[in-house]
Amino acid sequence: MAESLNKGETKMLSIENLRVEVEGKEILHHVDLEINQGETHVLFGPNGSGKTTLLMATMGFPDYQITGGKILFKGEAITNMPLNERAALGIGLSFQRPPTIKGVKMRQMLEICGKGDKNVESMAQSLDFDEFLDRDLNDGFSGGEIKRSELLQLMAQDPDFLLLDEPESGVDLENIALIGKVIEKLLEREVELHKGKSHKELKRERNKAGLIITHTGYILDYLDADIGHVLMDGELACIGNPREILKTIKEQGYNECVRCCGLNTSVLSKEKSKE
Amino acid sequence: MVKEREEKKILAKEAKDKLATYGTDINLEAFSPETDEHPYQENLSAFPLSDQEQMLKAGVDIAAKNRSGTFIQKDHSVVHCSASQEGMEIMDIDQAREKYDWLHDYWWKAVPVNMDKYTARAELHQEHGYFIRSLPGAKSIYPLQACLYLEEDNLAQDVHNIVIAEEGSELHIITGCATGPHVKSGLHVGISEFYVKKGAKLTFTMIHNWAENMAIRPRSATIVEEGGLFLSNYVCMQPVGTLQMYPVTYLVGENATARYNSILIATPGSEMDIGSRVFLKAKGARAEIISRAITTGGKIIARGHIIGEVPGIKAHLECKGLILSDKGIIHAVPELEGHRQDVDLSHEAAVGKIAQEEVEYLMARGLSQEEATATIVRGFLNVEIEGLPPELKAEMDKAVEISEKSLL
Repeated sequence: MAESLNKGETKMLSIENLRVEVEGKEILHHVDLEINQGETHVLFGPNGSGKTTLLMATMGFPDYQITGGKILFKGEAITNMPLNERAALGIGLSFQRPPTIKGVKMRQMLEICGKGDKNVESMAQSLDFDEFLDRDLNDGFSGGEIKRSELLQLMAQDPDFLLLDEPESGVDLENIALIGKVIEKLLEREVELHKGKSHKELKRERNKAGLIITHTGYILDYLDADIGHVLMDGELACIGNPREILKTIKEQGYNECVRCCGLNTSVLSKEKSKE
Repeated sequence: MVKEREEKKILAKEAKDKLATYGTDINLEAFSPETDEHPYQENLSAFPLSDQEQMLKAGVDIAAKNRSGTFIQKDHSVVHCSASQEGMEIMDIDQAREKYDWLHDYWWKAVPVNMDKYTARAELHQEHGYFIRSLPGAKSIYPLQACLYLEEDNLAQDVHNIVIAEEGSELHIITGCATGPHVKSGLHVGISEFYVKKGAKLTFTMIHNWAENMAIRPRSATIVEEGGLFLSNYVCMQPVGTLQMYPVTYLVGENATARYNSILIATPGSEMDIGSRVFLKAKGARAEIISRAITTGGKIIARGHIIGEVPGIKAHLECKGLILSDKGIIHAVPELEGHRQDVDLSHEAAVGKIAQEEVEYLMARGLSQEEATATIVRGFLNVEIEGLPPELKAEMDKAVEISEKSLL
């Protein structure tokens, strides 16, 4: 029993004092973050605060250069590990704007993701995406179709830790519930009646963890997240209940976050002028 | 007729030193014009295994199970010829010229005999070649195959081929050109004249598997009549010394269509100057030229030329090049020429390296950098060819796959 109690405390991802540069410019100045097995975290923050950078650096994209600090995944240092090795360890990412790859079919990509041992057809059907299987990857996909394609790939890949960059943006109302449901399933958070096991037990046995960027917070209508963070100007400003944070942001904007972390308000005006 | 033959000879003699418009000039004297005869083989499996392997790489099915006919020429000898479907003719061109008086109406009628020193040479030194014809209304169940094979080193092979798809017929051909394992250099001049009659369909898939110092100068032309379709697929992914060709199609009948697809890979030391040209000469004519070129260190000039001569025609040219080595060169030369207001001509050309973004995308899904690159290259070469029968597509895929292994 002691072991299963401990399990909920097992660290999935630990980020310590992380600094990241993109094209010679420091975007993340100091980030500490811990995500345990079974937990889903949500990341808020104004445009340009470094949310995507944090996800990309965690996944290991070479353009996101780590200049300080370290990243541990399941206890192993991955700070200098190439992308594909991080993927092999169980990290998966949904892309905001994935490239089109001509001549590579959606079906083929799913076989790559699932290493060929997954039922591609039925997986695609569950996302109402089977008509796209013989299309070139991302070729002419709409915003919402890209989201479904990305989640479908993650479904085949089945990573232990998911990095989702605004999974709800560009998705029409009809599909947002579907997307929410799929993410719930990917993170083992669906509430299903299970013979023999209580909800508490199931929760304890949950392995998957995730970090989700959301602007609108709509995804929280479909998914229970455990912890919320606000990223402001390259630093994590706040940690707390995701719904409470969302409520504050909705009512006060990010001004309150600026106050919380004692930043100069010019941070926000700078971001606003970018938009 | 005799007089006409003599006239061709005279024209050829006059043009025997005429430089070609494109490509490195080749010293024709450097190659041996004569060789010993090879014995005729009733059974394809009688060929040495090493030959069979080379032929296989050029798309030749040795078992010939899924073929409606086979023609094999080794050096200067026709070593096998057989047809297995009624309505399909396949034979030695010299035999065909004896059998059919009318064939002189097709001899040097699409390709001019005095085009350059290579056409002249083919007239003056011709050693066989094939004649393939589908009779009116006949449809080939399986493709017919032809193979021009060079076994002797430093030999010159000059062939003249004629293909006729008679009215309403459907003809599918796979031709492979290959060299024996010990051939290092040689010259191949191949004249091919294609005639697609009213409402006929001809698909011609050519796979080249040459050797490193080979000089290749094919000269081909096609005439397509009303409602006819000519589909040409060309694959050259093995090393070759110098290869220059610029096949041309004349769409002379209303609603005639031509499509050219080429897949080219230039390894270090290979030099390819390859293009396709289509004249749209009748209302409703359609043409499409698509090429995919990859260099791993060789030089490719990818040409394309579309000439719209009458109103109501539509044509598109697409040329994409991938540079996988800083030593390689890809030079795309697309040309569009409109002679009337109501023509619809377009082109799209792009030359560059593999997008890092695409590599990283695949790596994030678990592929290594090498695997990701290979997947992207394979996708790049995966051209969808409208109207190509699935079995031919499979043959092409097979040829591409064999070469990819050595490439990546």
